[in-house]
Amino acid sequence: MATIVVDNQPYQVHPDQSLLAACLGLGLDLPYFCWHPALGSVGACRQCAVKQFRDEKDTRGRLVMACMTPVAEGIRISIDHPEAVEFRAGIIEGLMQSHPHDCPVCDEGGECHLQDMTVMTGHAYRRYEFAKRTFRNQDLGPFVAHEMNRCIQCYRCVRYYREYAGEYDLNAFSLRNQVYFGRSEDGVLESEFAGNLVEICPTGVFTDKTLKRHYTRKWDLQMAPSVCVHCGLGCNITVGERYGTIRRIVNRYNGDVNGYFLCDRGRFGYEFVNRPERIRRPLLARDGALVPLTAEEALKRLGMLLASASGMIGIGSPRASLEANFALRKLVGAGHFFAGVGEREHRLVGLGLEILRKGPARTPSLAEIEKCDAALVLGEDLTNVAPRMALALRQGTRQQPMELARQKGIADWQDDHVREVAQDERGPLVIATPNQTRLDSIATTFRGSPDDLALFGFAVARAIERSSQAPLEDSARHEQALINETARALASAKRPLVVAGISLASESMLQAAAKVAWALAKSNPQSAISLATPEANTLGLAMMEAPALESAAQTIREGSADTVIVLENNLYRRADSRLADDVLKRAKHVVVLDFLPSETTAVAELVLPAGTFGESDGTFVNNEGRAQRFLQAFVPEEPVLESWRWLARAMAASDRGEGAAWKNLDDVLGAMVSALPVFGPVRDAAPDSGYRMAGAKIPREPHRYSGRTAMLANINVNEPKPPDDPDSPLAFSMEGAPKEPPGALIPFFWSPGWNSIQATNKFQSEIAGPLKGGNPGARLIEPPSLTVPRQPADTGETTLLLRGPEPPAGVCLAVPLYHIFGSEELSSWAPAVRELVPKPYVALNPEDAQALGLAEGQIVRVAVATSSPPGQSKDGKEFSLALKLASGLASGLVGLPAGLPDFREPTMPAWVTISKAS
Amino acid sequence: MCSRTLIGEETPSQDAKMLSPEERQEIEAELARYPAKQAVTIDALLIVQKHRGWVSDETLKDLAAFLGMTVEDLDGVATFYNLIFRKPVGRHVVTVCDSVSCWIMGYEKIRRRLTKDLGIELGQTTSDGRFTLLPIVCLGTCDHAPAMMVGRDLYRDLTPEKLQGILEKYR
Ligand code: SF4
Ligand code: SF4
Ligand code: FES
Ligand code: FES
Repeated sequence: MATIVVDNQPYQVHPDQSLLAACLGLGLDLPYFCWHPALGSVGACRQCAVKQFRDEKDTRGRLVMACMTPVAEGIRISIDHPEAVEFRAGIIEGLMQSHPHDCPVCDEGGECHLQDMTVMTGHAYRRYEFAKRTFRNQDLGPFVAHEMNRCIQCYRCVRYYREYAGEYDLNAFSLRNQVYFGRSEDGVLESEFAGNLVEICPTGVFTDKTLKRHYTRKWDLQMAPSVCVHCGLGCNITVGERYGTIRRIVNRYNGDVNGYFLCDRGRFGYEFVNRPERIRRPLLARDGALVPLTAEEALKRLGMLLASASGMIGIGSPRASLEANFALRKLVGAGHFFAGVGEREHRLVGLGLEILRKGPARTPSLAEIEKCDAALVLGEDLTNVAPRMALALRQGTRQQPMELARQKGIADWQDDHVREVAQDERGPLVIATPNQTRLDSIATTFRGSPDDLALFGFAVARAIERSSQAPLEDSARHEQALINETARALASAKRPLVVAGISLASESMLQAAAKVAWALAKSNPQSAISLATPEANTLGLAMMEAPALESAAQTIREGSADTVIVLENNLYRRADSRLADDVLKRAKHVVVLDFLPSETTAVAELVLPAGTFGESDGTFVNNEGRAQRFLQAFVPEEPVLESWRWLARAMAASDRGEGAAWKNLDDVLGAMVSALPVFGPVRDAAPDSGYRMAGAKIPREPHRYSGRTAMLANINVNEPKPPDDPDSPLAFSMEGAPKEPPGALIPFFWSPGWNSIQATNKFQSEIAGPLKGGNPGARLIEPPSLTVPRQPADTGETTLLLRGPEPPAGVCLAVPLYHIFGSEELSSWAPAVRELVPKPYVALNPEDAQALGLAEGQIVRVAVATSSPPGQSKDGKEFSLALKLASGLASGLVGLPAGLPDFREPTMPAWVTISKAS
Repeated sequence: MCSRTLIGEETPSQDAKMLSPEERQEIEAELARYPAKQAVTIDALLIVQKHRGWVSDETLKDLAAFLGMTVEDLDGVATFYNLIFRKPVGRHVVTVCDSVSCWIMGYEKIRRRLTKDLGIELGQTTSDGRFTLLPIVCLGTCDHAPAMMVGRDLYRDLTPEKLQGILEKYR
């Protein structure tokens, strides 16, 4: 720690930071523009000027930029010195010379860093009276709106977009007062993380285009802390609601998980909640149609079904909360609860879980991934599967070059200097996938079929083992050279990382990844392994250890159950339609709880309207095994209810044991923890419902929330009492505890004078560090560290080498290709996301296509061969699809898109034949 | 559809069809002098401008492909330099210094006369395509202010009266 003196007050601060960060961390107000905690300092805007004095006797001092001055023991500065104050007022006046002052019609208004800084500097009256420069705005696609006149040239957008997110279709053009931030022409921003511009830009140049369509000021939003539902990484989000619809999602800082950034699927996928197709009333199938029921009728009906069932099973879901899954498990009984995923995914996730639990390589948080200085990715197209991890890995590749800068005495936050030293250098990142990925430009790549990739992984593991005995020879063979290079890079790294997942449905690949991690962990305890999981609660559901769908089908076929309750799940996305039919069409009674119609709700006898993440409380377990609580942003119009509450009511209605007595989330959690002790730490994911701050609940609404008494006046002039919240310490109100709540309960970031998202500074224990009181979330998986040498179970490789007979000529292996926009079920319902969902296609390497005499765009017949490997054969599916040439696809493979909304691809990998459509 | 959702996009084509053989040759000669392609950005833009008078959007795209950089990167450079023209200019570009010494020494009068005689404002081109009039920062000849350039020729100690004669020389 170092002592610094600010305006004659001594303070203790961390030495590895700039004065600006130190001051902000102390809670002092000092304005800034070009600095951002995640981007570091460049000293461009001059807004953070302070007076620095040599010693106590120095009264003249000199102006320095706080963001460019390192903390040093005994340094004396003044924020309040009149010269510094005047200088800062002058700077903002200059920056705002051409600013249109259109706050009333600006979407940033009310949460604008420029507004906050203007007020902070006291620059209240404009003196500039000449013509302002004006610009033409661009159409940047469905997510981000552009209004260039508001720009103050802080350069944060391009620094984030180009240097942090690594995409180059946004730039600064021209010079002087004409500097323009945009693309060379109109068009969709190419980065999958472009939405962060909305928060990075301190003004209203880049704003949320989806919010614009149902605009609400921040102060008018009812907000709650939540967790993204669009992949397995569990990024923390803040949900904002008004009039019963979600208006927007913003990042919720969690220093261990997403930090300051989300992906665009997570930020813009929310609109599925607002779809008119939403199931809003219980529905009963009668004469081929679904007729609406009241909640009471529905519960009565459900009670009847439960009473008359001769055997009942429950099918859970990896996209439903732990609590909802557990409630269903309780209702049907542990032995009758099934996991709601197919056998294959079930096995894969189970294996993944075992790998993470066994260790010794630990699974890192996303924040730790950013610090990994060498990485091998096996099989995953991360940008399209677990997007935020791709952004984290990108930062990881900066670690080794940063080390060069550190050796020269340059601190990490001195961004310009670090980049000057690093130039285009990148630390090692090796990506082994069937198709090209969006990280390829900063990676060394290896292309092949899933088996090739697994073999590659095993070979790397062996090379690492060998390298511990003798240095690896250089090899002339390209493949071997790459294997050795990868092994060397990982073995010599400080914090090596292996990433794998279940995208390609290859157990061998998981085994290979584990072997690499194990080989590394033998000599380096910092070695890490991360597995991308596809859905918000994939890991949580797996930890419940319920059997897969195949077993559910078996139960129905055998006749030991005739009633099925399906929780937030479309089984036709999970498995072959025959299997789904086996469960749903053979059962006499099917009850489905969900929020959007699907093939599964279509065959249900009774459908119950479930609440989405915005309308429910619950817990998800992310890919690192972190249990994270999400809290309800608003109470949906009756009879929509969170799933676990429907199930609890059903138990109450039929007087079924313990579950009947559940009154709130804590009761469900308590029951879950005693039934499944593995979930013990889940209760620590957030304080329970009894938690109070200064005796009060925490308000979900800002204290300026307007129109409360009038917003429902068209229905009733009497202002209704705000709904109670029995489940959490939050209130559906603008009144309550005034101070900063614990991390898991922060409904929105706001602090006096700090209306923008930059208020996050005020909630951190130090800038860009953990939230005060610790980052939220409770890890459920901590492998024992390497004390006893462990020998991993060796299975994968041998089975691989004994691959089945070669396929007959003309048959190729089809692999799934994932799309950040399209492959995930819920976000595809969001209109903005839908605009970017590709049409179904079949992809071939250009040489392969040429050999088959096929050209781009041509309609091609793809038929799933009956000779598919055992356990993967599917009903003979056939597709006519437009051909897309994919030069990055390994030759010999066929690519088919995974999970698109209107396309049911075969279960892949699968053998297929390709021919011209007649 | 958005390009990011495409799979297997082609890398930008290296054959910039629109660049002429001479332009290509000259750029390649420059390329030989630097380790990185991007280092010749400014030279390449100047070469193209020498042949075409200005740099159109199409040319810019071709050049970006040729140099293996994004259009945004190249255009960021092109638009930063005020003597790289991203709009058509006349046969002769008149650049009048409007920096402080010239301003003190009578820039306003020079500008007024020029705009009147040529019938155009700063930033415009005469309808016969003969002249484009642009402001420029200090030409480094303050001791002989006010100053201007026509093409590559420098004129100093200007008075409004001298202008007619100077412009006459350029057809
Ligand atoms: S667009 Fe926004 S982030 Fe970019 S320079 Fe302007 S004000 Fe800064
Ligand atoms: S990376 Fe995953 S969890 Fe994070 S915002 Fe994107 S979809 Fe959501
Ligand atoms: S924030 Fe320090 S100069 Fe911009
Ligand atoms: S100011 Fe015009 S030449 Fe220097």
